Amino acid sequence: MKSPRALVPIVIGLLVLGFWEWYVRSGRVEDFFVPAPTQIGAWFWSALCDGSLASATWVTMRRLMLGFAIGAAIGIPIGALCARSSLARDTIGILSLGLQTLPSVCWVPVAIIAFDPTEAAVVFVVVMGTVWAVVIAVQESVLNVQPLYLRAAQTMGSRGWHLWTHVIFPAALPGIISGLKQGWAFAWRSLMAAEIFVAIIDGFGLGALLNAGRDLHRMDLVMGVMAVVMLVGLLADLIFFSPIERWLRRSRGLER
Amino acid sequence: MPANPSSESNSQLTLRHVTKRFNGRAGLVTAVEDISLQVKEGEFLVLVGPSGCGKSTLLSLLAGLEQVDDGSIKLDGADVVEPGRDRLVMFQQDALFPWLDALENVMFGLRLKPGLTDAERTEAARYYLDLVGLGDKEKARPHELSGGMRQRVALARSLAPNPRVLLMDEPFSALDALTRDQLYGDIQKIFTQRKKTIVLVTHNIREAVCLGDRVVLLSPNPGRVRQVFNIDLPRPRRINDPALATLAADITTALSAHLAEPKEGLV
Repeated sequence: MKSPRALVPIVIGLLVLGFWEWYVRSGRVEDFFVPAPTQIGAWFWSALCDGSLASATWVTMRRLMLGFAIGAAIGIPIGALCARSSLARDTIGILSLGLQTLPSVCWVPVAIIAFDPTEAAVVFVVVMGTVWAVVIAVQESVLNVQPLYLRAAQTMGSRGWHLWTHVIFPAALPGIISGLKQGWAFAWRSLMAAEIFVAIIDGFGLGALLNAGRDLHRMDLVMGVMAVVMLVGLLADLIFFSPIERWLRRSRGLER
Repeated sequence: MPANPSSESNSQLTLRHVTKRFNGRAGLVTAVEDISLQVKEGEFLVLVGPSGCGKSTLLSLLAGLEQVDDGSIKLDGADVVEPGRDRLVMFQQDALFPWLDALENVMFGLRLKPGLTDAERTEAARYYLDLVGLGDKEKARPHELSGGMRQRVALARSLAPNPRVLLMDEPFSALDALTRDQLYGDIQKIFTQRKKTIVLVTHNIREAVCLGDRVVLLSPNPGRVRQVFNIDLPRPRRINDPALATLAADITTALSAHLAEPKEGLV
């Protein structure tokens, strides 16, 4: 029963692509304005063969992983601290909420002034994009841990560090993972902004490639890179976050 | 299996003039007032009373999850000031950790108990899961078990670290009647076999008579000891035993008589 359901979006997708191809080829729209799917595909193939796409994707992913890891490493303890102390919640917590609403592209000028257009500037923007969402998610999910679990664990002699690692974090884990997923989405957006605005000579990422496409007036390149950016985001969700979330929910009986 | 340490003193758990107040919306509320009780080694004591009589507060105080405002609680002569492995609690909800399977849940308290090897901990956990009749469910997650089974795992978890006192906070109230009756049997079997000191809190008078050696009737607003009943029925007791029903009726009568009294008549 599963194959017909998977077939529907494929068929519809192919129909849309076919119509798009026909529409461009029929000359109703200039192909430097809207390239046909096959033209984008041609760019994609050539970029894949000469290795430029792979290297740009690698540069981008490296920055993303690094910035995301740093952001999570900072955000998780701060979020835990905010959950524990109302003083931290009323100060850092509120600040985090404010900074989370700040579009991360706003950090680009700060990063360039502080770090010059370097690798560090790009990673800084990613960290800023990640950290606040993680702080808030961790704070909320730790605050929402059922007090009954804590009472039960305390009577069995769990205290301090043990209570955190064996009860609070496992109990808050579904919320923390959702927060990381959100942090990842913010990091991805902020990274693209940073790569478009921060021109670094030695690291040519997907954002820089996109910007190069603009300079060259190559719409096939621009749309191709956009498709890759979308694909990477989608894959991170499908391969990494969703399975973890689903496994967590299933193993706790929250989803069948 | 670890044997129960024998106690010289006859009275193991001692409450002296225990008073606990809370900050409520209407100001300071006295939840329990001037309660003095002694629980003997190996005794099954039941605290029973209507809601608001402070029975659950009293159990939290015994568990060390709350602190007394006046008076003292001593276990084996030492003041109870914080939660501890010597007084484990079975809660109204099972409070099992959903990220651990049944065996790991039972192991939780054991892992925090020093001086045991991992093999001994696993062996003890298996023993107690067997004792509550769930030896074949050790890999099951809490959500895969029925309410009664979960409460059984919770019982095994509370028994496994071999506490001095087992505290039970209405652990049967969320279960259906059939499962409840089964658990009454299980608890009594374990109580007679393992000679555990148990303090149970309940609002179900028949349950109190079925399980307790002594039933302490508490009166509400503020919670005080109203009357103490010794239950001399032979074990194992059946909840539908007529003698038990008669005794329960007496206690109910005492409770209703008390509730009907004018408030001034209390003091």
